[in-house]
Amino acid sequence: MRLAQHMAVASDQIRADCIEANEFPEWSQQYRVMAVPKVVINDRVQFEGALPERDFLSAVLRAVNGGGTLG
Amino acid sequence: MILSEKDREAVKKEFEKLADPVKVTVFSQELGSETCQQTERLVREVVLLTDKASMEVLNLVLDREKANAYGVDRVPAVVVEGAKDYGIRFFGLPAGYEFTNLVDAIVVASTGKPALSQETQAALAGLRSPVHIKVFATPT
Repeated sequence: MRLAQHMAVASDQIRADCIEANEFPEWSQQYRVMAVPKVVINDRVQFEGALPERDFLSAVLRAVNGGGTLG
Repeated sequence: MILSEKDREAVKKEFEKLADPVKVTVFSQELGSETCQQTERLVREVVLLTDKASMEVLNLVLDREKANAYGVDRVPAVVVEGAKDYGIRFFGLPAGYEFTNLVDAIVVASTGKPALSQETQAALAGLRSPVHIKVFATPT
């Protein structure tokens, strides 16, 4: 969540939600959360586990552009 | 008290970095789950640790217009705003590991200075369409 919230401050376009998975089982199920942290960007790009800043940024750009690669 | 003395001291130390005022809005429900009440109590304890943070408690049903404006549709929800609404939200009780993130969110919303590399900030500055990041996490 740390990177996501810092990115939210860096760009007016970004919103960062931190969701307590156990408290919202239906929400978690909807996004097939099997392990945490699980990150979902624009309902298009998703990954599990913590990524370094560079890779997290790639995921964000991929969610917007539909291009790019992770890592 | 939810926070231990040790927690409070650690948060106070983090809050030495605060610059601009921060507003923390908690969306709750009168007959909501116990976590709504816990979230209210936790945030209240946190904002009391600095004179730069304030808190407002709103009701998801009664304050529906504000909830819609914030994009909040379930409770408990916590909105952290600094000089503006940067788009930082927490859903569920921000305890354990997420508590650290709540404190960090308050600090970065206050300073408006994200701890990101120049490259990352430059790339993000170029975004022209909305990006909605959801991070599913658990307290431990």
